[in-house]
Amino acid sequence: MDIPKDRFYTKTHEWALPEGDTVLVGITDYAQDALGDVVYVELPEVGRTVEAGEAVAVVESVKTASDIYAPVAGEVVEVNLALEKSPELINQDPYGEGWIFRLRPRDMADLDGLLDASGYQEALEAGA
Amino acid sequence: MDYTPHTPEEIAAMLEKVGARSLEDLYRHLPAEILNPPIALPEAQPEWAVLERLRALQAKNRPAHKAFLGGGIRSHHVPPVVQALAQRGEFLTAYTPYQPEVSQGVLQATFEYQTMMAELAGLEVANASLYDGASALAEGVLLALRETGRMGVVVSQGVHPEYRQVLRTYLEAVGAELKTVPLEGGRTPVFPVGEEVGAVVAQNPNFLGALEEMAPLAEAAHRAGALFVAVADPLSLALLKPPGAYGADIAVGDGQSLGLPMGFGGPHFGYLATKKAFVRQVPGRLVSETVDAEGRRGFILTLQAREQYIRRAKAKSNITTNAQLTALMGAMYLAALGPEGLKEVALKGVAQAHRLRALLLEIPGVEPFTPEPFFNEFALRLPKDPLWVRKALAERGFHGATPVPPEYGAGLALFAATELHGEEDLLAFRETLAEVLR
Repeated sequence: MDIPKDRFYTKTHEWALPEGDTVLVGITDYAQDALGDVVYVELPEVGRTVEAGEAVAVVESVKTASDIYAPVAGEVVEVNLALEKSPELINQDPYGEGWIFRLRPRDMADLDGLLDASGYQEALEAGA
Repeated sequence: MDYTPHTPEEIAAMLEKVGARSLEDLYRHLPAEILNPPIALPEAQPEWAVLERLRALQAKNRPAHKAFLGGGIRSHHVPPVVQALAQRGEFLTAYTPYQPEVSQGVLQATFEYQTMMAELAGLEVANASLYDGASALAEGVLLALRETGRMGVVVSQGVHPEYRQVLRTYLEAVGAELKTVPLEGGRTPVFPVGEEVGAVVAQNPNFLGALEEMAPLAEAAHRAGALFVAVADPLSLALLKPPGAYGADIAVGDGQSLGLPMGFGGPHFGYLATKKAFVRQVPGRLVSETVDAEGRRGFILTLQAREQYIRRAKAKSNITTNAQLTALMGAMYLAALGPEGLKEVALKGVAQAHRLRALLLEIPGVEPFTPEPFFNEFALRLPKDPLWVRKALAERGFHGATPVPPEYGAGLALFAATELHGEEDLLAFRETLAEVLR
C-alpha cells in the first residue's frame, strides 16, 4: 500500500498536500482500492466554505458511494474537472492526477492536527 | 428460479444448530395466547356453501366495465394476453428479482418497459416505474429541484387536484414553496416565472380533459432557468406531441391507461422519463444493458449508489421500490398493441368522447365547460348536484359523472368514453342521464 511521506492524512482516508497557501485533497491508495472501480465523482462548488470533517464531494463506485470529507476548514478554490470525464483517474493515480479539490485552509496550522504517513500507516494497521 | 426461502431440511439444520427439537420448541418461551390467539370464526362450511355466499356478496357489486367516469382513470379493454402473461410465476413474485446472475428475464422485461416509456415520452431515459402518477409527479418535481438547486415550484391548476395534494405533501417535507396558477377558460395561461423557481408543472390533456399549449409554458420555464415537468397520460402520447418534443425536461404520468383495470384506483404504476443529462438525479431503479465478462449481452440495475438501499439518508429519493408487475403489464400491453394499435385505441376514444359530449349536450340544462380541443374526457355543467347525479346514475347501473372539486367551478362533472363504448352504450347513457336530470 503506497503512502507518500510528503503529505498529511485523515482517519477517513483523505490526503492533504500543502502547496503554498492551499492544500490539494484526494483519497488514499487504500481508499481507492477498497472502493473498487470509481465510476463517478460529484465535485463541490468552487467558492464553497467548509468546516473540517464536512462532506464535500462524493466518490461513486459500482457498488457504493462514499462521502469525501474536508481535512481542515477553509474555502474550495479549485476542483479537478478531469474527473468528470475520467473518474478512473482516482484508481489509476490517487496521489497525482486523481486529486479531487484544492482548499485554501482558514489556518494552515490546522494541518498539524492531521496524521503523517507513519501515523496513517499505524491507523490502517490498527483498523485491519 | 424458485424463491422458496427455507426447505424442511434447512429448517431442521437450523433447529439443530440452536438446539431446538421443533419450531414449537423454539417458540416455547412465548405465552400460548400470543402463539395461537383465539380467532372468532364461524363454523366450518361446505365448499359449495362458501362459494354460494361469495357469489351473493359479489352480486351486490355494480361492475364498472363500461364506466363513463372521468378524472384520469378510465375503463379500457385489457387484452387477455396481458393478464395471462402477468400471471406467470416469473413475473408474479413478491421477491425483488434484481440479481443479474439469476434475473435476466425480469431485468430485460423492465429494460424493454423503460425503452417504450422513454420513446412515448420523447425523452432519453425512463426509470423502472414508480407507484402511480401522483408519486411520479412528486418525484419528478424533486428531481428538478435537485438539478436546479432552487426551492420554488409553480404548478398549473390544470394538474389533477389529487396529484397536487400529493405534491404539496412531498414539498412541505423538504421545505419547498408551491404556487398554483389558476386556469383561464379551462386552460393554463402563459405566466411569468421567478428566478427562485426550479420546476414548472403542467398537464396535457389537463384535468378537465382540454389540450394545453405546452411549448410556451416550457419556454417561460426555461427562460427563468427552471425545468419544465409535463404530466401526460401515456395513451394520449399515441396521438399528441411527446413531452420531449415541446421542451419538457421531465415527463411523468399514470400508466393505468396501458392495460390496467380501474380496480378502485389501484394498483397502477407511475412513469418518469427525463433527459440523459439528469440521469443521476432519477429516483428509484434503472435497468441498463451491458455485456458480461465474455462479451454476452446482459441486463443489470445501474447507478445503484443513488438508491435508498445503498445510501439511505443521502439517497436521491426515499422511494425504495417500484411498481414492477403493473409496469410490466404496461409493457405487455404496448407490445401486444404495437404503435399502430395504440394509436387506434386512442383515436377511438377521442371519437367516442366527442360523440358522447354532443349527445349529452342535447339534454336540457346541460352546458359545455371544457373548451375544444379535448382528448377523451371533458367537464360539463349539470343542472343538479354532480355527486347526487353520480349516485342516481349508479342506482340505474351506470358509472358516470365524476364530481369536479369546487375550485374549478360549481356544478361540474367529468365524463369519459373510450374504445369500449359503442354507439348503443352512448345512447343508453344519454337516456339515463336525461332521466336523472329531469
